[in-house]
Parts: sequence; C-alpha cells; structure tokens
Amino acid sequence: MILVWFIAILLAAGILCWVVARWSAAACRWIALAATVADFALSLVFWIRCYPVNLLQQRDWLRQVNWTWFPEAGIHFHLAIDGLSLLLVVLTFFLGIVSVLASWNEIRVGVGFFHLNLLWVLAGITGVFLAVDLFLFYFAWELMLIPMYFLIAIWGHERRVYAAVKFFLFTQLSGLLMLVSILALYFIHHSATGVYTFEYSELIGTSMPLHVAIWVMLGFFIAFAVKLPMVPVHTWLPDAHTEAPTAGSVILAGLLLKTGAYGLLRFVLPLFPAAAHWFSPIATILAAIGIIYGAVLAFGQTDLKRLVAYTSVSHLGFVLLGIFVWNKLALEGALITIVAHGISTGALFVLVGALQDRIHTREMDRMGGLWQTIPRFSGAAMFFAMASIGLPGLGDFVGEFLILLGTYKVSVGLTVAASIGVLASTLYGLKFIQRAFHGSNVHHWELHDLFAREVVIIAPMIAILLWLGLFPQPVLNTFAPTMNKLQQTAAQQYQAVDRGQQ
Amino acid sequence: MSGAGLVAILPLLLLAGTPVALMLIITVHRSHRSALAWTLLGLAASFASLRSASGVAPQQVTPLLVVDQYALVYFGMIIAATAAVAGLAYGYLEQHAVEKEEFYILLLTAALGAAVLAASSHFVSFFLGLEILSISLYALNAYIYPRKTALEAGIKYLVLAAASAAFLLFGMALIYAAVGTMEFSRMASLMMETAGPNRTLLLPGLAMIITGMAFKLALVPFHMWTPDVYQGAPPPVAAFIATVSKGGMFALLLRYFYRLELHNYAPVVVIFTIIAIASMLGGNLLALLQSNVKRILAYSSIAHMGYVLVAFIASGVLAVEAVTFYLVAYFVTIIGAFGVVTVLSHSEEDAESLEAYRGLFWRRPALAGVMTAMLLSLTGIPVTAGFIGKFYVVAAGAASSAWALIIILVVSSVIGAFYYLRVIFALYADTTQEPAEVPPRVAFGSSVLVVLTLLLIWLGVYPAPLLHVIRAALPG
Repeated sequence: MILVWFIAILLAAGILCWVVARWSAAACRWIALAATVADFALSLVFWIRCYPVNLLQQRDWLRQVNWTWFPEAGIHFHLAIDGLSLLLVVLTFFLGIVSVLASWNEIRVGVGFFHLNLLWVLAGITGVFLAVDLFLFYFAWELMLIPMYFLIAIWGHERRVYAAVKFFLFTQLSGLLMLVSILALYFIHHSATGVYTFEYSELIGTSMPLHVAIWVMLGFFIAFAVKLPMVPVHTWLPDAHTEAPTAGSVILAGLLLKTGAYGLLRFVLPLFPAAAHWFSPIATILAAIGIIYGAVLAFGQTDLKRLVAYTSVSHLGFVLLGIFVWNKLALEGALITIVAHGISTGALFVLVGALQDRIHTREMDRMGGLWQTIPRFSGAAMFFAMASIGLPGLGDFVGEFLILLGTYKVSVGLTVAASIGVLASTLYGLKFIQRAFHGSNVHHWELHDLFAREVVIIAPMIAILLWLGLFPQPVLNTFAPTMNKLQQTAAQQYQAVDRGQQ
Repeated sequence: MSGAGLVAILPLLLLAGTPVALMLIITVHRSHRSALAWTLLGLAASFASLRSASGVAPQQVTPLLVVDQYALVYFGMIIAATAAVAGLAYGYLEQHAVEKEEFYILLLTAALGAAVLAASSHFVSFFLGLEILSISLYALNAYIYPRKTALEAGIKYLVLAAASAAFLLFGMALIYAAVGTMEFSRMASLMMETAGPNRTLLLPGLAMIITGMAFKLALVPFHMWTPDVYQGAPPPVAAFIATVSKGGMFALLLRYFYRLELHNYAPVVVIFTIIAIASMLGGNLLALLQSNVKRILAYSSIAHMGYVLVAFIASGVLAVEAVTFYLVAYFVTIIGAFGVVTVLSHSEEDAESLEAYRGLFWRRPALAGVMTAMLLSLTGIPVTAGFIGKFYVVAAGAASSAWALIIILVVSSVIGAFYYLRVIFALYADTTQEPAEVPPRVAFGSSVLVVLTLLLIWLGVYPAPLLHVIRAALPG
C-alpha cells in the first residue's frame, strides 16, 4: 500500500494546492512542501527498514500492489518496488523538495496551478519508476508529459513555447513508437503462450527470432534514448532545460532523464537480452560520441543554463555507455552516475536559477567577479562544478570511474574516447567558474549572498555528493539484487553467443 | 410484422414519433424550453426502449432493417449524442433571433436517419436513412440564416451531398444489375458466383458506393466540404455532423463490409488503405495551416476518421471492438470540444478564432480545463478516453501486423499533437491585452460539458464496462 501512498499523496496534495492557492499562495507552497517531505520521509523509512536484510533476500520485489484493472486484456494496476526503483523514488522525492523550495520566490503567477503541475509530474515519474505492468508504465510515461509541458510553456523563459512544443513532440513520437513495441510484444507473447498479459515478469523471456526482437527492442530503445537523451536525438534537451523555470530544469535533469536510463535497465536489457547484446556496439559508440559532443558543446555556450544543459548530454552519455557495456562495474557506475548527476546538476540549476533571479540574465558576459560580492554562493557553485567534472571524493567521480573501468574490460578504444570526454569536462567546468565568478567585478554587481532557504537546499546536496563520493556502498548494496539479475541475463547471453560461435 | 419486431424497432419508432409530436405541439404552443424538454423526453424514452429491444434482438424487421445488439449499441450512441447536442444548442439558440423550436425537429429527424443507417441491411434502407439524415442537415447547417457563412455552409453541403448521393445510387444500381439483389445478406454469396461481364460491374459499383460513404465520413479526397461546413454551421450542428452523422455511416460501413466479406476483394482493401493514409496525413497536415478553431477541429476530425479506418482495415478480432470504442471516445471528445466553442460563442459571432481562447484559463478555468481535456483526448493522452481509443486502434493494427499503417498513424498523430498544443497554449497564455468579451454563463450547456468531461475521464480510466457492452454486441 505504501507504493500507492507515494503517488496518492502527491496527486491529492496537487489538487489541494490548486484549491488553496485561491486564498493563500503561501499555504499552497507549504502544502506542496509538506507533501514532498512526507513522501521523502516515507521512502527513507522504507529504505532503512529494508536495508540490508530484505534486500539480500533474492525476492522479485520488496513490496507490491496488484489490483485488477481490465482483466480481459491482461491489464493490472501493478506497482512494485525493488532496489533500483527504491533508489530512484527516494531521489524523486528529494528533488521534489528541492524544486518546491527553489520556486518559492521565483514563481509568482498562477502559484496554485504551478504546484499542481509540479506535484503531478512528480507523481507521474514515481509511477514510471514503480509500474511493472507495461500498460500502466506507458500510462504513467505519457502522463508525466503534460504537467511538464505546462511547467515549461507557462512559467518558462523567453522561448518557452518553442521549447515546450519541441519537448512534447519529441517525447510523444518516441512514446508512441514504444507503444507500438509494447503491443507487438503483447501479441508475440500471446501467440507463443495463448495468454494476453502486460505483466512485466511474465513478458520476460518471451522468445522470438532475433530480427523481430531487434525491431521490438528499437521501439523501446528510441523512447528511452530520446528521454536520456542520446545524441543525435538530444536536440530538445538544451531548449527545454534552458527555457524551463528552475524547478522544471531540476526535474528535467534530475528525474525525467533518469526515466530513460531506468527504462533501459528495467525493460530493454531484461526483455530483449539478445537484441540488446546485438545492439550494444552501436549504443556504446553513440554514447561515446554523446560524451564528447556534450562536453564540447557545453564549453561553447555563453548562456549559463544552456552550458549546464549540455553537460547533461555528456553525463548521460556515460550512463548509456555503462548500461550497454553491461558488466558489474559499469552497471554500478551507471547507477551512481544516475543518482550523483541528479544531485549535482540539480544543484547547478538551482544556483543558476537563483543567480538569474538576482541579476536577470544567464549570459556569462554579463557576469564575472561575482566571488567578490557573493562568496558563499560562488563557493557552492564551485563545489558543484567540481562534482560535475568528476573531482575524486565526490559522487560523479565514483560513477564515471567505475564506468571507465567496466568499459576498459570490453573495449579500450571506447574507454579512451570516454576519457577524452572527462578531459573536455574540465574545460567547461573551469570556464563556468572563471567567467562567472572569478576575475574582477566589471559590472559592479552588489548582490545578496545565499538566503537561508537556499542554504537549506544546497547543504544536503553537498552532503549527499560527499557521501556518494566517499562511501557509496549502501547505494550499491541496494542496487545489488537488481544488478545480479541483469548480470545473470548478460552471462546467459554471452554463453549463448559463445555456443553460437563454436 | 411480429410483436417482437415492433419491440425491436421501438427505439426507431419513438425517434420518429418525437419530431412529429413536437411539430404538433409547436402549432399549439411555441416555447423553446418545452421544445427542449419534449426532445429530451423523447430521446430518453427511445434510450429506455433499447433495453426491451435488446431482449428480443436480433430481429430482422422487414427485409430493410436488422436490429441486433450491434445496431442497438449504435442507437445508444446516436441517441445520447443527440441529447448532448440538443442540450448545447439550447443556450446557443437563445442568443440568436431565429425560430428556435424547429431546430429540435430537424435534429431528431437527422438522428432518426443516422439510426436507420446503423440498422440498415438493404440498399433501400441505406439510401432512405442517408437522405433523412442529409436533408435534415441541409437545413440545420443554414439554421442561423441571417449569417452568410451559414448559408454558404448549407449550400455547399447541399450540392456536394446531393452529388455524392448520386454516386451512391449509381453504385447501388450497378451492383443490383450485377447480382440482382439489394439485401446485404444475400449479396455476398451472389457476388462470389457472379461471373462474366456482370463481374466487371462489381468493382465500379463498389467504388461508387465507397465514394458516397467516404463523403459522409469526410475522408480524403472527399473531404473538401468539411472545413467550410464546420465553420459556417452552428457549433452544435458541427458537433452533430462530426459525430452522429459519421457514427451512423460507420456503423453501416462496418456491417456492409463484413456482410459482403469485402476483405476478399483486394482492390477494395487497397482503396481503403489509400484513403486511410491520405486522411491521416492530409487531415493533420492541413490542420497545421489553420488558425480557426472550428476549422482545426474539422481537419482533426478528418484525421480521426483515418485512424478509425486503420482499425477497420486491420480487421482482426479486435477491429469492430476497436472501431466502436474509438467512435464512442471520439463522440464524447468532439461534442465536448464543440461544446466549449458553443458555450463561448455569442450572438455576433462564434468563438472560432484562436484569439477568443487566449488566456481563457485565467478567466474561466473550468471551461479551459474542459477544452484542455478534450484536446488531450484528441491527442491521445492517458486518463482521457482518447488514449484508450488510440491504444485500441494501434492494438488492432498490431494484432494483424499492419505495421506500415501503424507507423503512419504514429507519425501523423504527432503532427496532430502540434496543432492541439497550439490551441492548448493559447488557453494558458497570459493576456496583457483586454480580455475578449466573455458571454454569459449558460447553465445548461455547462452541465452538459461537465457530464462529458466526467465521461471522458471515466472511459479513460475504467473502460471495462463499456468494453463489456461492446464485446457483447459484436456481430457474428
């Protein structure tokens, strides 16, 4: 039941916010905050109680809810949680709190409707992480699109309409391709077994010829690759991230992109091991291209938010690489990167948003020397920029290092390419700090340093990155059962390929 | 005719009796309110009689009409949609200086025509139903006659509908000449046996009949009338044309197609495939160029008929189910969307330019919410009926491996999403200029909209009950 509560609290609080905002915007913000905090606390308690005893039992799910929805078509309202989804759900609620706090002063028009959308997009994302019925998954997948569209289109910056529509069309097209694949899988499974079902655990192991599996897998892959985003289907991302309000950018970078990575881990690899194996050379090469391309383009930006947006392309390239390299180290690295990137990039967007609130521009040319007027703010920005470029001791480093190690076992060439990406990342990281914060204060800015509210947001994020960087074991332990299963699938796959070659 | 036969066509008799009664009532006492009340009463009685009719179904009532569960489902859809249109039309007519009561008479006869189509099993009832429907629509289109656009719509519809009816008749004549019967049930086997020169008559005959049908369904390339008529006609009438008129025709198309086993005729399937592709792409691409909400809805309805055709052509086990569900979802959605247009319209002009919708959310959030729900349903986003409908259509296509059609459906529905988003964005844009004139709230129309929205969400979240009804009614 706790899984239903996760979602229900957000949905109900969203409506409540909308109603209450007629009388008091402040009350609406507090309700939104209370809802996200409540969910976060619930999920944290759940995690602590499961850890580590329950996690080590090799059951399929830690908890599940399974209600009939339309039984004739084999559709169930089936939510379930395992280590992987638990981690992502905790991240969702944490970034939920961050985004509510980040928009505390930024959003002044339509406060009620804003929080309705904010909480509902979180609910949709939670649904995506928990759904194990493919119909329900697609339902949630499409559902998170609409509130996000509104967040960008109504409260975004200058080119918000363009960005929102582009975001919507990219995800809609790729989502529909996934729908076609889901249905193809559904009918293939039916013709093999005579059972109509959308149940994840039953669809696993549906046997089909490789060439069919490749087509079906591609439908899923494209949907997830667009969300991830993988080069060359990333072009919606810089626009959407740049134009969205701060909370929207945090959710986009921290969570929405992660639904793509989650989808690859949860669906593409287990459902189509053979096809994914066949596809892995292409995916890893595209990932390596993405890593370098994202880093180089980030370096070329003068808009601070756009710069951070392009770093996401680079980091998520690492995730894609780690997933398709598909061994223990790389998978663990991908997971750590997913979490750490959510925190570090989320924090960067919060800071850039806060800066824009103060000086009303995102152009780096209008900045410079900010360290002299807002030293604590600049220090925080420096910390997260360093995390983002992979400074040892912080979360992102662990993730990328593990991915590189894992990749080395498979292909030295790819490792070299990805390492070049790491190098390029220092360029944009340093540019970010130098152009905006170092130097002399040529524009004579006199700004307010971090507000208490901002400290409340930033401090835990610093702590989490340090924790992930120095002692990531609890996160890895939580992920272990899911990863073991993925690895078994991989092992079988390699054996099958070896047998085929003999 | 047996007693059971009479019970079976009781819904039709009531539907035919109500306008006659109404006509007599008007001669005694003219009152808009009571005209609406009688209309709704008649429709309710007709709807209630579906239950007793379903007890005796299936019944062949004279060679002309067959009342089976399938026809009854469509009767139900037609009656409910007509009631919703009547409810919306009330507030709209109140604002216009025209005779109001006759509107309902025409509406009821049009609904009767559509219902006859749904139950038709013979060329004669096919043509009868079509003409009852069309002739009522000529007048309904031009109902707000002081307006030039209304007259234009009426005349355009008159000329083109008459032309398409001529095609249809010629097609029927050719088929009759070839096989010597006008009953659908005997036609299939006779068509199989037909040989020699008579056989060459079949294909032109079928093609002409398809032309007539495609005109009513507004499929590309027989869609030219649609945007002008939708724009000129009163919005409730446009909703009626988009739903009841097309629904009745689709019911007939399905029956005709399956009774005649036309899947065996490769050329016919090819014709429908081309029409489906052209409608999906054409409707959506042309809608991109529009900035008039009524015209956008017109082109979107062309595209949606294309989607329905995909399920129809796929023709697997799921086809009839998918088509019927999609049509129900589409009925609710389109009537809802035109309902918002109706409620926002005032005596000088209808709310058709995008400007009339700009920033509506900040002025009338509920109304904008309804419109958003309807547009999202047209896009096929979850929690709305349109999502389940689209899901079903793609499922029907996937079940019979019609991949090319599905991919075109996917691509064109993304194109569609683009212009729906444009309207949605207008609804939520902040307005700095003077807000457009807001017409007075219409209690009755608004309550219809509330019901439609609830229905939309209910079908989108829990479609199982409706699916049970549809499954129970599958022909054969």
